Amino acid sequence: MYGFPSGKTAIVGAATFGVGKSPGFDSMDLTIRASLLALADAGMELKEVDALFIAQPQDTLAGLSFAEALGLQPKITDCNRSGGSGFMLQLEHAALALHAGYCDVALIAYGSNQASASGALVQTSKNAFWDAQYKPLRPISAYALAAARHMHQYGTTKRQLAEVAVAARRWAQLNPEAVMRDPLSVDEVVSARMISDPLGLRDCCLVTDGAAAIVMTRAERARDTAKKPVYALASASTVTHADISSMPDLTVTGAVESGARAYAQAGVKPADIDVVQVYDAFTINTILFLEDLGFCAKGEGGRFVESGAIAPGGSLPVNTSGGGLSYCHPGMFGLFTLVESVRQLRGECGERQVADAGLALAHGNGGLLSSQATVILGISP
Amino acid sequence: MPDIQPERQYREFLAQGRFMIQRARGSGRYIFYPRVAEPVTGDTDLEWVEVSGRGTVYSTTLVRKKPPEPSYNIALIDLAEGPRMMSRVIGLAPGDVRIGMAVLAAVIDDDGTPLVVFEPAGASR
Repeated sequence: MYGFPSGKTAIVGAATFGVGKSPGFDSMDLTIRASLLALADAGMELKEVDALFIAQPQDTLAGLSFAEALGLQPKITDCNRSGGSGFMLQLEHAALALHAGYCDVALIAYGSNQASASGALVQTSKNAFWDAQYKPLRPISAYALAAARHMHQYGTTKRQLAEVAVAARRWAQLNPEAVMRDPLSVDEVVSARMISDPLGLRDCCLVTDGAAAIVMTRAERARDTAKKPVYALASASTVTHADISSMPDLTVTGAVESGARAYAQAGVKPADIDVVQVYDAFTINTILFLEDLGFCAKGEGGRFVESGAIAPGGSLPVNTSGGGLSYCHPGMFGLFTLVESVRQLRGECGERQVADAGLALAHGNGGLLSSQATVILGISP
Repeated sequence: MPDIQPERQYREFLAQGRFMIQRARGSGRYIFYPRVAEPVTGDTDLEWVEVSGRGTVYSTTLVRKKPPEPSYNIALIDLAEGPRMMSRVIGLAPGDVRIGMAVLAAVIDDDGTPLVVFEPAGASR
């Protein structure tokens, strides 16, 4: 068979650790704790892991550090740096390698203590000279430029952007693990301190600690693990640019491409998806990705979210954890969208559980809208 | 053919007050930012050309600083020759820059370093 091995591999363990503030732990400590919880969730032993996929906010050789700390000698060691989408790419590569029989148990892990350590987003990447000369705030100014263009071209309003933050907060209020659970109104978002127009403080994701991990194996093994397996039906990604000045069209992301390929791999369409997680680093992200992934027409994202569609009780449950805007944001959020998808498909989500969720889409974003990656997961292979 | 050394040569031209970008001799396509090969084709036969300086604001943001530090503008400019670049629009309040504005390039001294910025077209200097 050629192409993505749809339904041939599954996520059998998923966990988070230290979400919020975890003083006294470094990033690797948090990552290890989440990984051990994910393995326990799968009913697997640490020594079974033979493929390691990892990223850390600052340790660019994290695969080496993690293997050393836990005494692993993995056959595959992948320290992907495509940004917050990296974990979707790792799932893609893990599925290919598992299906090929190159490895048997893949661990994908991430963790950051950025809130306790520095109180700010920790990033290793920076703008190239050409953009850096003008001192854009990285990353927010890039997203602000995209938001301004979307508003100009499609009439999207600041209040519509705010609806994204309010919907995320309403989901977070149903998630006991979420960091921000106080009520939030559109007026509060709109009147929050401006940082890079049109984006203000409440258009931005949180700065928190936290770690996440998932465990993958082949489908035949997955049937014997502790929890209901969540099958990897699709994973597709692309890159359109690095710095925002090279993005071809600031209102259209690579999610058009990654989404189309993912839907084709899984043999499904947007209307089939029961629950959606998109990497909401900023409010504009959710609008762009919902459009580009086909949940509403291009340019209609603002009106779509304003209708209440993505909030609890709406027609399309989006970012049911509360997202990067209200659940947590330890620097690279992609893996948390995969964990929430697994929890929804297993029916573990309590008050925020989406009824009869059988098909989940998780979308990751890396860099400055640069890397886009779409994963589709399901309860049936 | 002398080797293209993108950032170094760009800065040397700028130090002479000249805003130069690249053009691929084969396709005639203009390229910015400067690099060693044309995107997609990989063609290394590139030449430096002076631009008209005419451009249009594609998008804009106001970076807010805590007073007394001044807030400033960041804009993406579509050059008449085709490429897009990040820059700053000066000559009006930084919050008054609008998408679609016609602008003209100027090379200014930015704390001892030459920098390409843009002014509203038609504004007298």
